[in-house]
Amino acid sequence: MLEFPRWKVWLIAIVIALGVLLSVPSLIAGTPLGASWPKWMPQYKISLGLDLAGGSHLLLEADAQDAQKQRLQAMEDEVSTELRRDPQIEIGDISTAGGRLSFLIRNPTQVDAAVERMRNLTKPLALTGTRDWDVQVVDSTRIVMTPTATGSAQALKDAMGVARDVVRRRIDPSGTKEITVITEGGNRILVEVPGVEDPEALKRLIGQTARLEFKLVDLSANPTDVQQGRAPPGSQVLPMAQGGGFMAVKRRVMVSGDQLVDARQSFDQDGRPDIDLTFNTAGARRFARATQENVNKPFAIILDDKVLSAPNINEPILGGRANITGGFTVQSAHDLAVSLASGKLPVKLNVIEERTVSAELGADSIHKGVIASVVSVALVIVFMLVTYGRFGVYANIALVVNAFLILGIMAMFNATLTLPGIAGFILTIGAAVDANVLINERIREEIRRGRRLLDAVETGYHEAFRAIFDANVTHVISAAIMAYFGSGPVRGFAVVLLIGVVTSVFTAVYFTRMLVALWIRRTRPRELHI
Amino acid sequence: MKLLKLVPDHTNLDFMRWRNLALALSLIATVVSISFTIYRGLNLGIDFVGGEVVRAEFVQPVHIDDLRARVDRLGVGEASIQALGNDRTYQIRLPKPPGPETASNAMVSKLRVALPQQYAGARVDAGESVSGKVSEELADDSAMAIGFAMIGIAIYIWFRFEWQFGVGALLTLAHDIAMTLGFFAFTRLPVDLNVVAAFLTIIGYSLNDTVVIYDRIRENLRKYRKMAIIPLLNLSLNETLARTVVTSLTVLIALGVLMLIGPEVIFGLAIAIFLGVVIGTYSSIYISSPVLVWLGVQPDSFLKTEDKEGAEAQTA
Repeated sequence: MLEFPRWKVWLIAIVIALGVLLSVPSLIAGTPLGASWPKWMPQYKISLGLDLAGGSHLLLEADAQDAQKQRLQAMEDEVSTELRRDPQIEIGDISTAGGRLSFLIRNPTQVDAAVERMRNLTKPLALTGTRDWDVQVVDSTRIVMTPTATGSAQALKDAMGVARDVVRRRIDPSGTKEITVITEGGNRILVEVPGVEDPEALKRLIGQTARLEFKLVDLSANPTDVQQGRAPPGSQVLPMAQGGGFMAVKRRVMVSGDQLVDARQSFDQDGRPDIDLTFNTAGARRFARATQENVNKPFAIILDDKVLSAPNINEPILGGRANITGGFTVQSAHDLAVSLASGKLPVKLNVIEERTVSAELGADSIHKGVIASVVSVALVIVFMLVTYGRFGVYANIALVVNAFLILGIMAMFNATLTLPGIAGFILTIGAAVDANVLINERIREEIRRGRRLLDAVETGYHEAFRAIFDANVTHVISAAIMAYFGSGPVRGFAVVLLIGVVTSVFTAVYFTRMLVALWIRRTRPRELHI
Repeated sequence: MKLLKLVPDHTNLDFMRWRNLALALSLIATVVSISFTIYRGLNLGIDFVGGEVVRAEFVQPVHIDDLRARVDRLGVGEASIQALGNDRTYQIRLPKPPGPETASNAMVSKLRVALPQQYAGARVDAGESVSGKVSEELADDSAMAIGFAMIGIAIYIWFRFEWQFGVGALLTLAHDIAMTLGFFAFTRLPVDLNVVAAFLTIIGYSLNDTVVIYDRIRENLRKYRKMAIIPLLNLSLNETLARTVVTSLTVLIALGVLMLIGPEVIFGLAIAIFLGVVIGTYSSIYISSPVLVWLGVQPDSFLKTEDKEGAEAQTA
């Protein structure tokens, strides 16, 4: 008991000093002291959860049906492009109904060649040996392409990765804000933005699919047919974004928003808000060729399957720049520009959960939480002092050290403190002294049994440790399960409990034992007042 | 300085004498709690049934009927309005919007715009919107987490002690959770994710006392091999009584402060754990220990393994 080697004393002292040092930046943050903390000292800080800092939390989920639809459409485009290539294969009756792509080969002798070329469009999936699409011939001239389950899963996974990056760029074009955008559970994206109290603007920004396409207007279409939704072969009827009505446009895409390198809001010569677009090299080349071939014909600018405008091509557009107008406000033009510049959202996202907290409510919670923590600590300290005297003082020193250690470790791992986390902190304060209560009661008991002082202290620490250990394991089990299943604030609570369990065993058992050993060695007391 | 001794030295309370009475009371209380939970139901928050909640603060005091009339006129669905502590802070709860399970959020935005128009200076402090889909998952996850935690801890106790102790721990936990659920059903206090966190905490902490007492029982079983089980349990309970009282008090002091002056958003969490600690203290004495008697634990029950261990230790 008394043998407490010097290196152990130093080790414990260093751990405690580190804990205190690491917790200081978090404690003085926001006060005038915060600015005077030396730069060469550790700067780790605990981050505040949204329920304390204020902000918006959104949970987005990919629309599986939309993802499937988009995938079929993309394949349809690929198929028509591929089969138009030399040697051309004529197809007809193309359909995406029933979740699969099917079309007729007009010349039966070309079926095998077509199947071969379709197979080349599909990609093998790593390790499984299957491909992402299943190609079959039905009724000898119809080719049916069905997406395989693993293929769809892989496509969704890829899409979510892209969607996450797109969402991040849309919320934070400059990449400087402290926002959280992470994928969860395969088809979800969690977005947390501190400081934003009205999530509407956020949702508008994220929700824009912003699928921009330039297509030629089909002038051969019969206007009455178009208004009734009928288009000539190779064309489609799209609604106008403004003023109602419909327009027939060629299915083939001249150039699309995928080939943009930049989009920004600006004003046209009449001072109306518009968007300036800059295409990448490939896009610029395609745009130049298409406009060269179609001078004096109108082309449609299509956003999310609605025609924004259909200007005339007065001269070939060669520089890869264009601007689009369409009755924008400055705000809507700006939002659209951000969406276009951030890339196309590969899948539609629905908001399935939303939580916002104002900075005022968060600050109020912190204020009340800090007061409650201080009062609890003070009351527990008084209680321990009147119950155990000197050993109570040791327990109290351990308690305060424990508080610093919890904060220090949280700061080191940049853990997030949430409102339930404050509750976890207070609970840990109340429960951490349990180890000392166990030890001290055991020492009292051993002294009553007539053991000598040193022996009683030794036995007290030794016998109490078993129960301390088992009790803490049960805490760890429940806290770990909470951390695994819980989300956001609840996880913050579990993290504080977990850290508290570890630090409290260290402070309440090892640290107080050192204090007691040093005291006994120094004063050689004859009896114990406990 | 005279030190405070809440529990005098050498107590010799005959706890086990009242064990059948306590069992009867516990059984009645558990049955009442469970039936309350089933028939009256829990006041489940939007976390578990979906819907929207807005917390609004007004500059001037607002009468609840006036607020209700104005909210009703907005056509946001059947709102339930509740004052939070004073007549300037209200919680407005709205049902799940119709339409697909993934629809959410529509009405919060409406209130966010409308309230400051109706009341100058009004502020929406917090808005939450949970779709039916997410709420179902949260409910499932919560139930699963509570189940896993109970079983996980019971298995650990079984592993560290004997199977009878594991069963005792599981019954104690079931009792504590049932009672706390009954309390929430009876008081209609809202049950949200924080309260589930509290339940998981109770599972960890209410067993604290049980573990300490079991540890002492095990120790005494080894020490006094001739003692009958009932006096042995009484001895163990008395020996650990001072510790039980002191620890429960420190935890209750800390939680009481949190409950009374802490942030009201986590009142539910604080009161649930507070209650759980009180119930847990009781059940560590009157559920965990008597269960060992009913499961036939005798001082010589574990003698065989003991002897074997002893023999192994000698040969080693």
